[in-house]
Amino acid sequence: MTNTQSYPDTHHDVSSNTILGFWIYLMTDCVMFATFFAAYAVLHNNTFGGPSAKELFDLRFALGESLVLLASSFSCGVAMLYAPRQQTGKVLGWFAITFILGALFFWMGLYDFSRLIAGGNTWQSNGFLSSYFTLIGVHGLHILVGLMMMIVFIVQLIQRGLTGRVLRRLTCLRIYWHFLYLIWIFTFAIVYLIGAR
Amino acid sequence: MSHDPLMDPPQPVEYGNFKSYAIGFVASIALTLAMYYLAIEPMLEGLAYDLAIAALSIAQAFVQLILFLNLTREAKPRWNLTIFLFMIMVVVIIVFGSVWIMNNLNYNLMPE
Repeated sequence: MTNTQSYPDTHHDVSSNTILGFWIYLMTDCVMFATFFAAYAVLHNNTFGGPSAKELFDLRFALGESLVLLASSFSCGVAMLYAPRQQTGKVLGWFAITFILGALFFWMGLYDFSRLIAGGNTWQSNGFLSSYFTLIGVHGLHILVGLMMMIVFIVQLIQRGLTGRVLRRLTCLRIYWHFLYLIWIFTFAIVYLIGAR
Repeated sequence: MSHDPLMDPPQPVEYGNFKSYAIGFVASIALTLAMYYLAIEPMLEGLAYDLAIAALSIAQAFVQLILFLNLTREAKPRWNLTIFLFMIMVVVIIVFGSVWIMNNLNYNLMPE
């Protein structure tokens, strides 16, 4: 009986293990994004006679996308400040703002893609556009998955309230959402500000 | 509702507090606008411009990691930070290695 105290608090560990595991996934995801950034860095001048990044991209639009995603990331964090205090209404409200801003960011990305494709600049045009569409497209796909996760977790939050399990899932979602903005900072810097000045 | 829970003392590590979020939000907006300002104004050119943008984006990444993701407030043994630093090492090897090799190939394959 004397050594029982040396056992860890398993209830606490289940939750923190999940979050640590999710963090490891995000770090491997970051490595994947790094390969896409490396591909973009290598290929960004290979336009095959087509228009360059400077002619194609609108820096003001990219700035708008950045600020929308930043605001979304911020409101997601604020939502989770209320979660440990069981204030479900405020968590829902701030997550609603997060979702609307995230959806707006996704729509802006789609708008930019459709504008490029309508101008005849697709991922098949040249190496530069292949690497551009891959990098931005994979980031947009992550945003889409995050929005779907948000819908599912919000429904669970309404049905079950802020139970330990829901809290854990929302915490993972918060880390995921902050992480996507972190990736976007470098997209904004490398693809738009340095690549398209 | 006279008591505002956002003004309570700092929460458990994973959640942070409202003050750190507000500071992080304002700092991130300021850094984003500074990056954009450098891009539209012809102040810096060439390598100096690239380095300035890189420095500002890395500064904003630090703001995000410290104030939004609370990476430095983690309790020991700091596995999140350890894994993060390992990821940075892998990313540096991949990005610099690829760019270095491809530039070298480009140089060696140039027509005479």
